[in-house]
Amino acid sequence: MQGRVKSSTTTSMQSLVARSALLRSTPARASSLRTFASSAARSQAVPTEKPVKPKEFKIYRWNPDEPAKKPTLQSYNIDLNQCGPMILDALIKIKNEMDPTLTFRRSCREGICGSCAMNINGQNTLACLCRIDRESPKDTKIYPLPHMYIVKDLVPDLTHFYKQYKSIEPFLKNDNPPSDREFLQSPEDRRKLDGMYECILCACCSTSCPSYWWNQDEYLGPATLMAAYRWIADSRDGYGAQRKEKLQNELSLYRCHTIFNCARTCPKGLNPAMAIAKLKLELAAD
Amino acid sequence: MMSTRALGFGPALRQFASPRIVRNQALRNVFVKRRTVQTQSLRPSAEEIILNQQRLKRPSSPHFTIYQPQLTWISSIANRVTGAGLSVLLYSYALAYLVAPETFASANVVELVHSLPEAVKYTGKVILAAPFAFHSWNGIRHLLWDTGYFLTLKGAYQAGYAVLGLTAVSTVGLVLL
Repeated sequence: MQGRVKSSTTTSMQSLVARSALLRSTPARASSLRTFASSAARSQAVPTEKPVKPKEFKIYRWNPDEPAKKPTLQSYNIDLNQCGPMILDALIKIKNEMDPTLTFRRSCREGICGSCAMNINGQNTLACLCRIDRESPKDTKIYPLPHMYIVKDLVPDLTHFYKQYKSIEPFLKNDNPPSDREFLQSPEDRRKLDGMYECILCACCSTSCPSYWWNQDEYLGPATLMAAYRWIADSRDGYGAQRKEKLQNELSLYRCHTIFNCARTCPKGLNPAMAIAKLKLELAAD
Repeated sequence: MMSTRALGFGPALRQFASPRIVRNQALRNVFVKRRTVQTQSLRPSAEEIILNQQRLKRPSSPHFTIYQPQLTWISSIANRVTGAGLSVLLYSYALAYLVAPETFASANVVELVHSLPEAVKYTGKVILAAPFAFHSWNGIRHLLWDTGYFLTLKGAYQAGYAVLGLTAVSTVGLVLL
């Protein structure tokens, strides 16, 4: 009996508190009620059909099984409302639903692996970081990286590019590293590497460079040269003089004519042109 | 827990699971579908030969024909073309003067230009002045780059537009001279 009285008083107390809270926040209550009501209705509603938003993609095709056939542009029409926002989403959609023979490289889909580098609407970039232009009624043209030998469709042969990168010995070389502790570097020295160490070697810059187009057998290209300068600029590296000596010839470095296509196209926003200019200045001062 | 292997029943059980009949090649072909794909065994060194044969047939992807026209590389190509054009003009005139100093004397050139109609004179002046102005200003842009200025992308573009503006102004100035 006593317990019941007690409980009734507590409930009346609770309702009082609740009511005063309701009075205080009438708009909040109204909105919360509305969202609740609409979400309940939403669960019963049939999803509305989005209108079809067509877009034409023209993609470079070449099949190594039929090497005599010339490379062609193949056209694909996609409904953008049934596709993700990026060019890579469109490519994957085409491969999954329309043409499984379409060949391209892709991996991380977030601009960190550099696999999906290709020429989209005339600019080298990563397909995963490049938005599909929804507003323009024009078609989107997709080519592989320019002036490269093509393995298949959008896949270029990067063997030579990687060999060039290997040739500059992209690792720390020092004969006397401290044996008893970490290899320390001042914050200022560390800051010199910012804007260079972030390179993911997607080859967008090198294949956008006209000098690299005409002389890629001997000219190292922006990606490799920036990597070379990254090790020359590193305060912990002891082989700067030898590294520079290797570049002291007509073609390896000096084929760069400061065109700036590399900085313009870099999907990571880096500036190989500036790194190469600094490298030239250092070499000239030697 | 004693396994069949520990008891020595292993081989016997295995034989029971896959009877001899199936192992027999002739009978197996009756039951199991024959493979239609023929394989050819090659030494590991053959890989390189096949790869090199494929490499020979690979096409080169298109480049300047599909690349977006940008101030960066268009101004670079223009610099090259104007430089080559002006050099050809200078050297050919100098050599021509060397061969026939009488015909290419300054007085004769002045007389020839004087006799031309106004329209041709101005067009010719623009054709000479514009490449000269562009090449000179762009040369200064290159010197600034080589001494470490305007090396950001924004700086490169600003310098590029400045060169275009200065070219326009100095072309007009040179034509009206």
